[in-house]
Amino acid sequence: MTEISDSPSLVHGHSEDQSTRPPALVFDRIEMTFPDGTRALQPTSFSVRPGEFTTVVGPSGCGKSTLLKLASGLLNATGGTVTVDRDSLGYVFQDATLLQWRTVQKNVELLAELSGVSRTERRRRATDTINLVGLQGFEGKYPKQLSGGMKMRCSLARSLVMEPEVFLFDEPFGALDEITRERLNDELLGLFQRVGFAALFITHSIYEAVFLSTRVLVMGPRPGTIIGDFAIPFPYPRSPDLRFEAEFAELSGQVSHALRGAHA
Amino acid sequence: MSIAASGLQGEAMQSAINREDQRRAEDTPPGDIGSGTDKVRTRTISDYIGPVITFGIFVGLWYFMHYWGLEHIFDKKPFLITEPHRVIRESFIDAGQRSVMLNGLWVTTKVSLIGLAIAIAIGMGLAIAMAQARWLERSLWPYLVALQAIPILALVPVIGSIFGFEVPSRVLVCVIISVFPIVANTLFGLLSVERGQHDLFTLRGANRWTRLVKLQLPAAMPTIFAGFRIAAGLSVIGAIVGEIFFKRGEKGLGILLDTFRSRLNNPEMYGALILCALLGIAVFVIFGMLSRLAVGRWYETTRKTG
Repeated sequence: MTEISDSPSLVHGHSEDQSTRPPALVFDRIEMTFPDGTRALQPTSFSVRPGEFTTVVGPSGCGKSTLLKLASGLLNATGGTVTVDRDSLGYVFQDATLLQWRTVQKNVELLAELSGVSRTERRRRATDTINLVGLQGFEGKYPKQLSGGMKMRCSLARSLVMEPEVFLFDEPFGALDEITRERLNDELLGLFQRVGFAALFITHSIYEAVFLSTRVLVMGPRPGTIIGDFAIPFPYPRSPDLRFEAEFAELSGQVSHALRGAHA
Repeated sequence: MSIAASGLQGEAMQSAINREDQRRAEDTPPGDIGSGTDKVRTRTISDYIGPVITFGIFVGLWYFMHYWGLEHIFDKKPFLITEPHRVIRESFIDAGQRSVMLNGLWVTTKVSLIGLAIAIAIGMGLAIAMAQARWLERSLWPYLVALQAIPILALVPVIGSIFGFEVPSRVLVCVIISVFPIVANTLFGLLSVERGQHDLFTLRGANRWTRLVKLQLPAAMPTIFAGFRIAAGLSVIGAIVGEIFFKRGEKGLGILLDTFRSRLNNPEMYGALILCALLGIAVFVIFGMLSRLAVGRWYETTRKTG
């Protein structure tokens, strides 16, 4: 049996009342126009509190991923402000972006290594998070020896090592098959509950959005902004069977309608 | 969530992964996972049949040209192509000639390896510098391409007058002709790192040095080694060609080749040619092995064996 009690630092827990805590990530009338003149975002404001799982869905090219790049500082906004602690930010990319020449263990240690965490400390943290994502036994494998799902787990573990308070996900499961994707969704929710980060998740899949989130935001076509805001009331832990319930279908339908309105 | 429940979930994840791995193992043929260290592919007889047959055909053609082809197809004298057993006898079985030949092989090997080492140092240095600044890349490329295109023959008097007609000039020829593939391959490797991996380093505020050492250089290793392999072959050619022009000092294969040619010593000339060929093959094989040692564990080649 896997014990997680040896990694208390990873567990922020859900005991506190989320609504009383200040937002971990705030977009305040954020705007983005690229140097070539492309307007990606019109003024957009929303925030994500600790323990909140916010997902953004929208048509291709509406500026969803731009939101994450602005939050992380990979891009600088041309208007408005982003408030977030960039030192406790996790970012999971569309591709696993593992370094092919490093083993799973060394890949998971990477960010800690770049941040100057001592060798023994980062080894301990990597071991903890490898167990947390269920990759134990694969520490010595190279990325080319892993399946797509395992690569994504490794990528998650790499960010978890830094104990992020805000987690950005840029369509992380988009390239996976349906079965693997659903399983990783279940596991991600397990991590979300245990670790208690604030999540901002980008996806094309309405079902993925509704299943994971406390809140789903719908963006309109470029230049994008929020045109729909849905609270998802299902309590955690969520059973995989939630996907087949009438209320789930009902909410997915509403999000889908809003999205279709965006396309029109 | 209680710890016990978390533990259960961890275990469920683990078993899910085992399933995933099993599925993967079923999809791929045995021995396909983790080529490199944990793959031991035993060679079968069929792996040797092809090379043995081509070698047989090659030697057969050689004899055929000597005994029949030259006279009946080209109307030329048979001595132009010495029969293989005579080449072997006069070049390598004769003890005096053998030591001359092997000494020549050693001299040429030494010069080409020194040249290659210098070319690697200069080539990688240039590529790393060019990868740092676009203007440097744009400014240096034309000269590197020009270096490729200029016939060494034209530079012989200049090089000879400045550096002398001895070993240093030969080394310089090696450097000139083998530096280009090193620069080109290293630069290509350094610049073809995935965008996402760069972002990862940017997010952690990595400086140029960290990015170079922990990201770009390791990622470029497969292409860098491919460049070494090409450059090593070119450096051998450079050493031999260099000896033909810069004859003072130790006698390498190029000098022997030229001497035997001018004296119409065909058996020995073919003997020296065989050594040149073997040196080229050896260098190619050795750099292939080095490359596999360095990146074989993680680098996925499209060809599974070899």
